Amino acid sequence: MADFLYQLLLTFDATLRIATPLMLCAMAGIFSERSGIVDISLEGKLLSGAFVAATIAALTGNAWLGLGCAMLAGITMSLIHGFACITHKGDQVVSGVAINILASGLTIVLGIALFQRGGQTPSLPKEDRFTPIQWWGVDLMDSIPILGAIYRQLISGHNLLVYIALLAVPLTAFVLYKTRFGLRLRAVGEIPKAVDSAGISVTWLRYRALIIGGALCGVAGAYLSIAQGGNFVKEMSAGKGYIALAAVVFGNWRPLTAFLACLMFGFLEASTARVEGIEFWVIGEIPSQLLQAIPYILTVLLLAGFIGKPKPPAAIGQPYYK
Amino acid sequence: MSKSTPPLPYWADVVLLPLINLLAALCMCGLVIFAIGENPFSALKVMINGAFVYKGALGYTLFYTTSFIFTGLAVAIAFHAKLFNIGAEGQASLGGLGATLIAFALSSLPGIIALPLAVAGAALFGAAWGVVPGYLQAKRDSHIVITTIMFNFIAAALLVWLLAGIMLEPGQFSPQSSLLPEQTWLPKIHEILGWVNIKTTPTPLNASFLVALLTCLFFWVLVWRTRLGFEIRTVGQNQDAAHYSGINVARVIIITMAISGAFAGLMAINQIQGVSHKLILGFTAGYGFTGIAVALMGRNHPIGIFLAALLFGALVQGGTELDFEFTVITREMVLLIQGMIILFSGALAYMFNPPLARFIAGLTAGREQSNG
Amino acid sequence: MNYALELQNVSKSFGLVHANQDINLAVSPGSIHGIIGENGAGKSTLMNIIYGMHRADKGTISFDGEQVDVRSSADAIEHGIGMVHQHFMLVPTFTVLENVMLGSEGGLTLNGGRATALKRLNHLSSTYNLEVDPHALVSDLNVGQRQRVEIIKALKGGAKVLILDEPTGVLTPQEADQLFEILKVLRDDGVSILLITHKLTEIMDITDTVSIMRQGQMVGHRKTSQTSSQDLAELMVGREVLLEVEHTPATPAEVRFSAQELGYTNNQGVVELENISFEVRSGEILGVAGVSGNGQTQLMETLAGMLPLTTGSINVLGTGVTSRDTTNPRKIRDLGVGHIPEDRHTHGLILDFEARENMILGFHKTSLAGSGKLFNYSDIQQNCEAKMGKYDVRPSNSRLSAKNFSGGNQQKIVIAREFSANPGVLLVGQPTRGVDVGAIEFIHKQLLKLRDEGCAILLVSVELDEIMSLSDRIMVLCDGKNVGIVDSAKADRSTLGLMMAGQKQGSTI
Repeated sequence: MADFLYQLLLTFDATLRIATPLMLCAMAGIFSERSGIVDISLEGKLLSGAFVAATIAALTGNAWLGLGCAMLAGITMSLIHGFACITHKGDQVVSGVAINILASGLTIVLGIALFQRGGQTPSLPKEDRFTPIQWWGVDLMDSIPILGAIYRQLISGHNLLVYIALLAVPLTAFVLYKTRFGLRLRAVGEIPKAVDSAGISVTWLRYRALIIGGALCGVAGAYLSIAQGGNFVKEMSAGKGYIALAAVVFGNWRPLTAFLACLMFGFLEASTARVEGIEFWVIGEIPSQLLQAIPYILTVLLLAGFIGKPKPPAAIGQPYYK
Repeated sequence: MSKSTPPLPYWADVVLLPLINLLAALCMCGLVIFAIGENPFSALKVMINGAFVYKGALGYTLFYTTSFIFTGLAVAIAFHAKLFNIGAEGQASLGGLGATLIAFALSSLPGIIALPLAVAGAALFGAAWGVVPGYLQAKRDSHIVITTIMFNFIAAALLVWLLAGIMLEPGQFSPQSSLLPEQTWLPKIHEILGWVNIKTTPTPLNASFLVALLTCLFFWVLVWRTRLGFEIRTVGQNQDAAHYSGINVARVIIITMAISGAFAGLMAINQIQGVSHKLILGFTAGYGFTGIAVALMGRNHPIGIFLAALLFGALVQGGTELDFEFTVITREMVLLIQGMIILFSGALAYMFNPPLARFIAGLTAGREQSNG
Repeated sequence: MNYALELQNVSKSFGLVHANQDINLAVSPGSIHGIIGENGAGKSTLMNIIYGMHRADKGTISFDGEQVDVRSSADAIEHGIGMVHQHFMLVPTFTVLENVMLGSEGGLTLNGGRATALKRLNHLSSTYNLEVDPHALVSDLNVGQRQRVEIIKALKGGAKVLILDEPTGVLTPQEADQLFEILKVLRDDGVSILLITHKLTEIMDITDTVSIMRQGQMVGHRKTSQTSSQDLAELMVGREVLLEVEHTPATPAEVRFSAQELGYTNNQGVVELENISFEVRSGEILGVAGVSGNGQTQLMETLAGMLPLTTGSINVLGTGVTSRDTTNPRKIRDLGVGHIPEDRHTHGLILDFEARENMILGFHKTSLAGSGKLFNYSDIQQNCEAKMGKYDVRPSNSRLSAKNFSGGNQQKIVIAREFSANPGVLLVGQPTRGVDVGAIEFIHKQLLKLRDEGCAILLVSVELDEIMSLSDRIMVLCDGKNVGIVDSAKADRSTLGLMMAGQKQGSTI
């Protein structure tokens, strides 16, 4: 029994690590979509951020610089999206798809041009990455049963970006619900005309939402390549951007529920490895692919109205004409 | 409000503007190639040689073109009803599954029956994968973009589970099925030409190319010559007016997505029945997304789609050549070009519209002035 | 003393449409000034110019004697203009307080400005009787309460000029009365009020002065005490002398279409049609008169199957359709009803389709589109050309996109399509809206011809001349109710005008 609980703890620990990029991208998606812009391009921004972070860190040996540039990369992709959708009133879905494909292509092309390793960036030594941080007192706590294990495994020992991601959730909620900017942002996603008639610029609001989203995705990308991993590998985002989008939808476009959705999806993935080969009572072996597909299936069920009612921002997807 | 721009003449809208968008996309890519230290023009030359000039190049190019025709038609028919089908990738996967299952199930029947039925299986399974998001959009208002994206992933998971599990060829470690029964294999074009004593270089180009051309014709007849096509176009233009005139909008949406899924499903026969003769993981290779670019560039018309599919086929084949000739450039360059084309032909499609319209209006006014 | 608001020679066009032409307007401080006109007269465009949502092409705007350039709503708000829009600009998922705070939050975080905003809201609320719960969600409020929030929003900046765009369209009579009390208090406090409406009774009840707009122009200014409903109605509704079409008396036969106790309540719970009953016989035209916005659109749409009936039933050529049946336009069409929709752009035509394709819209499953399984475009073209000839559509180019035809010719395409199907019953809405005078006579003649061939026609129009010219009997709608059905031969403008204003009850024949 104790062993089972310990395994569970380890799974939760893995959950946090898997959910980190999801959380950051989901918050990014919330900023963008709550302002009325559909954001399919979380995946592309994530990938771009990962590439730029690994490249800059490899070239300069400075992980912080890598993080900063990753955020800039995410912002750049967001600005392209904004240019197409806000300024030129282009189709938001098409623009999102374009950015994802652009990111796939650019990251590999530039990666090969710079490093000639088939798209990979060089592995970073520990000093050039974000490494796990052990909290104070972790050895002391070891002597306390249960709590000590939780402290060591779950709370302490993650790298900085995980903690940043965890902070991003309440920060996003704060900005969205407790600041002037957040009020206006939520209004512009529901009734842009109301915001316009109150004398506020719809365009500038939406651009700002996209920029914030781009920065968050950049951080997520940096996590993948210079924190959790040690380099960039082609297509390393592996669909996480889409899972984050699913989490946004599943969380009904709210930070806290999207965060919980990210945790749930992360838990599912973390358990995939652990339940492989285990025969469960009655249901037998659970295929890992089924576990992997559950986030997507759940999102479809939500959209179909079978689990709760989806309430997207009212003005989403429609360019604003005066 | 802004001064209204003069309207573009028809020829400019249909031919000139897409060409300008294409040119803009290629220029941006040229800049990237230049930035990584290569000559964009020599890269272009290599691609053209690789796609058309070398022995067998055309065959390879057309082989890729075939897949893009199918996915382009799939996205285009949905666009006619103003639906965005991003799910061609998943629908194509299911198409492959369908063809494979039918082929195995009918392995005792002669090719003349089994082969067409396998093709039909591909279309049917693809249609099923498209009809569910269509139904959810029509009856439950579920946003089709998100549902089709989700269905792509579900399809991928499903195929991994099947191919690594019960469909796995005994003795193999990478996920793939056993070889399809030979009578369901599509003959290659060079084989067909061989029957009439014309010798050509062997390429993967196979009879599915002919199916693709027939599908283009079918598309044209469907959209512009049938009552259903009229209803699809009307729903895409104005759902309210369609409803008012007595059209059952929900029914049209569902049927459109079924047809769209069927077209995407057919893409599978090119690879599965035509070349690999077995179901391999990941055979769709992102071609479902390329279909979006093809449909956008081709303006949802079969002729445009054929030309755009040809362009992308050439890009993919030329890209392979780029891979050989340049150490620094690989076939992923094609992804970059693809993304730029989607960006300029899709999202920024009308960015060049106002300046172009004013330019043309200015030209014609100038000509009138000098004549008068 | 300066005018609170003055407009001189303000003009605005959208492409070829002259929405406002040389508008002059002067509003005194501390008064209620009405602007009356029909839908499409240009009132909303004018208000949007004053409020900075559009920019005028020509002309000047002055506030309190000082000429200003209003480039955005922020400018307008700064100059003391507040606007209560026809379609509320409230975020349903926000509370009342949050909606009022939008744009004047008082700081980067909300907590800081919340107390001040609440105080201001309560002050406005008590001063002007705008009772509302600041912490209620807007989606939970009824229409009257929502409007009060809109008014508070408009006043929060200390507005000196308050514009209300069709404020009573969504209110019950009691709520409208409450609104007027509020407006009176505001006026007595020195605020100038611009009341945009199409309802004559409101103008007469509450305004001090009134301006009348028609087809983009100001056609008159009056002191309310020196005018009357009839005077205003004539200025509003009349236009250049309509050619009186020769109107032979009808010989009505069997009843083809009847409605019993029709009722329609919309999603916001407002009763828009109440207890409407009538009959239309073969060979007669029943005209539906009324100032626009009194339920005519809802009547047309319920009868066409676009909106569901809340109560009552209709009977078409023997088949009954009750409020419990799900109606759809296909079903109604299949029963033999033809339909000329009020809004041809949204409902009647596909603007980007060619004329010949529009000519088979709704009929694409018949042999008009070809006798085989496929469309036969030469058949479709012939069909279109024949109809274009018969109904005088110009230019008679069947390949031209519908959007390239003038309004009148677009309407003729719709008419050609629907009339040619020989409907047993025809529902017609605003047949000559946006149609040039030459085409109007033609369309009227066609309607009469159809009637003489035995069709039962229900004609809805806000043009009183048209109704009087064409109808055999006239039903007047006011506030969604049937005020009476009169014989057109015996009806005169002033009686009808009074019925339309709800001031006279007619008998029903």
